[in-house]
Amino acid sequence: MELSGWGRYPVHGARCARPETRGDLQQALAERNGDSILAHAAGRSYGDAALNEDGRAVLTERLDRMLEFDPETGWLRVEAGVTLKEIIDIFVPRGWFPPVVPGTQYVTVGGAVGCNIHGKNHHQVGSFGDHVRRLEMLTASGDIVTCDRDNHPELFWATVGGMGLTGIILSLEVQLEPVAGPAIEMESIRVENLDEFFEVSAESGDFTHTVSWIDCVASGSNLGRGVFMRGRHASEEVEWSPGPMEKLAKTLKSAADGRLFESNWLLNRATMRIGNAAYFHKEPKGKTEQIVHYEPFFFPLDAIDHWNHIYGSRGFLQYQCVVPEREAIREILEEVTATSMASFLSVIKEFGPRTHTGLSFPEPGITLALDFPNYGEPLMELLDRLDAIVATAGGRVYLGKDARLDRQSFRKMYPEWEEWRDVRDEWDPDGVFQSSLGRRLGLVKGS
Amino acid sequence: MSVLLLGATSPIAEAIGHRYASQGHAIYAASRDADEAEAVASDIALRHDVEAAGGHFDALEFDRHDDFVDEVESAVGPVDVAVVAFGVMPDQKESQENFKLARRTIEVNYTGAASLCEALARRMIDRETGAIVGISSVAGDRGRQSNYFYGSAKGAFRLYLQGLRNRCFEHDVQVLCVKPGFVDTPMTFGMETAIPIVSPEDVADSVVRAQQKGKDTMYVPWFWAWIMLIIKSIPEPIFKRLSL
Ligand SMILES: Cc1cc2nc3c(=O)[nH]c(=O)nc-3n(C[C@H](O)[C@H](O)[C@H](O)COP(=O)(O)OP(=O)(O)OC[C@H]3O[C@@H](n4cnc5c(N)ncnc54)[C@H](O)[C@@H]3O)c2cc1C
Ligand SMILES: NC(=O)c1ccc[n+]([C@@H]2O[C@H](COP(=O)([O-])OP(=O)(O)OC[C@H]3O[C@@H](n4cnc5c(N)ncnc54)[C@H](OP(=O)(O)O)[C@@H]3O)[C@@H](O)[C@H]2O)c1
Repeated sequence: MELSGWGRYPVHGARCARPETRGDLQQALAERNGDSILAHAAGRSYGDAALNEDGRAVLTERLDRMLEFDPETGWLRVEAGVTLKEIIDIFVPRGWFPPVVPGTQYVTVGGAVGCNIHGKNHHQVGSFGDHVRRLEMLTASGDIVTCDRDNHPELFWATVGGMGLTGIILSLEVQLEPVAGPAIEMESIRVENLDEFFEVSAESGDFTHTVSWIDCVASGSNLGRGVFMRGRHASEEVEWSPGPMEKLAKTLKSAADGRLFESNWLLNRATMRIGNAAYFHKEPKGKTEQIVHYEPFFFPLDAIDHWNHIYGSRGFLQYQCVVPEREAIREILEEVTATSMASFLSVIKEFGPRTHTGLSFPEPGITLALDFPNYGEPLMELLDRLDAIVATAGGRVYLGKDARLDRQSFRKMYPEWEEWRDVRDEWDPDGVFQSSLGRRLGLVKGS
Repeated sequence: MSVLLLGATSPIAEAIGHRYASQGHAIYAASRDADEAEAVASDIALRHDVEAAGGHFDALEFDRHDDFVDEVESAVGPVDVAVVAFGVMPDQKESQENFKLARRTIEVNYTGAASLCEALARRMIDRETGAIVGISSVAGDRGRQSNYFYGSAKGAFRLYLQGLRNRCFEHDVQVLCVKPGFVDTPMTFGMETAIPIVSPEDVADSVVRAQQKGKDTMYVPWFWAWIMLIIKSIPEPIFKRLSL
């Protein structure tokens, strides 16, 4: 089967199994016939993290049962293929929400641990792994091992953010957060440039959730202009108004499907410039307060199915990095705006303290995510230049979004990678678990 | 109302269970693997906020079938709907070389299914209410060289259900025979088919609707009725020459 991540680049073939039960999963490992193997969940990582070229992939979508919930404490035990959307749909009416959510609700909990995902609330609550207390996993020996902060803690921590390379998670326990309902109290603030972004960000510490959309085509004195959004779960049940993407999706109805707009030329510098400027100018100056549903607040892009297809068959790449210093952000934006390549959708946010080592991405500083159509070689060269800026600044690139980072840069960005690999090798001495990303970055045996 | 799923780890049975549970019915999930059955039950209970339990059964443990139905009924009350969904489909060629495999196919898909249906029907007839949903297959409509052990067992099960329906009619017990085409489950995963494969959820929707309308037989998806009409109408002198 051909598999790809959300960026649809690269596309790699793998022999797939799709277990329905844990017995099926053990059988898939036993029958791998000397091939390497990897968990592939919802494929919402962008690049090659969930791909295993010419090896085997275990599709976890059918390992999707909810096993236990404690309504007193909010602890939920589920199989790894359960998506955050399923959890949200079932538990919001009962007053609970996942502790950390990414920009799409279609990810699985297994993937959320594999990439140790962060949300708009990172500055307050850390990343997904901070809210998981136990993993049950299939390890290379074929044994099912339960690990947590006390039992096999090294396996637990190597798996949180371990990019699927330590084994296959069968089930896990995650702490849900109590909420009053689906409403979010939010404020959006138009910021005219990068300095203003930092000012607003600094005074938004009381908001549980912050993020800013940024116009990555604007340059000069407009560099870094955008719309800062901050919010929190409403403390009581209130009415909400529909968000812009919801309205768009309602207007488009079944045409709200990116596959209908698949084209290699739709998103070019001119259309992206217009799109970004329009979005910026549509936002009234100053601050707007609103009560919205959680969907447009957390998952605006989910309103359009398959929106990744609008970049055409060549696919697209997301470049997400975190850097400790503001100056590096300015340098990156200047580097990007100086080229003829543009990022259609860009977001920026300040992270909180670091809570994990190993391959986990978040560290204190500013994170910037840029989406580029796959322009080929010129883009790869630009991203190499960005790597240099990021590495020099002491920052790093997010592996969950990556398709092209080189080994040398990776090793500079993740200085603890060797300790992580030692734990990995101990649990999987023969390199049973591998991925295209793992081989590219030299994370697995023989690569 | 309570619904018994026999072969609850089959995606078709599991989806049918979710469908009934979404209407508020209690579920008993049964599989050879009690842990997996309990996982299916917990999932159903959590998602739909209904009563659900799980436990072990084996289609080949004929002597235990009666006690098993008693256990189920003491856990979730009288069974109103029983879904007989377990089944096996080993490789035909291997079965030709090793009759043990062929025999197991016949015994699980037909003898085991009939034995459980008898145990259930007896109680439903006594209570003058209930429904048995038996999952046969389009493969049971006509024998083909590529699949005739499975096909004949499913065909026998279909005839059995027909007779049982006739017996049950005056007792207000419904017997629905479901003939699925290609469904996206382990039985078909990785198969390349000219005819579309449908999701277990879509199958479950149609099956539950048909059961609740009091239907006797159904193809699912519906277009298989036309495909099978054509296949059944090919005269045997021609059919025997085809490589199907
Ligand atoms: C629109 C959009 C917005 C996003 N926003 C954010 C964001 O705000 N923050 C953020 O952190 N990420 C974000 N992401 C990335 C996404 O959250 C992560 O890549 C996530 O890991 C994807 O989960 P998945 O279930 O699709 O896993 P996949 O992409 O299928 O797999 C991701 C990794 O996890 C491993 N894995 C999956 N399941 C298991 C398992 N059962 N056992 C062991 N390993 C497993 C895989 O091997 C792979 O290495 C976003 C993605 C999209 C498409
Ligand atoms: N998929 C299709 O395209 C298709 C088409 C036509 C008909 N069908 C029929 O639909 C039904 C469900 O199919 P599916 O595709 O969902 O099947 P499946 O995933 O292969 O599941 C069949 C189930 O049968 C159970 N089983 C096997 N041997 C058993 C035994 N001795 N005792 C008790 N249970 C046993 C297994 O459960 P445990 O291992 O947990 O016990 C298994 O979960 C089957 O009867 C099948 O023949 C399927």
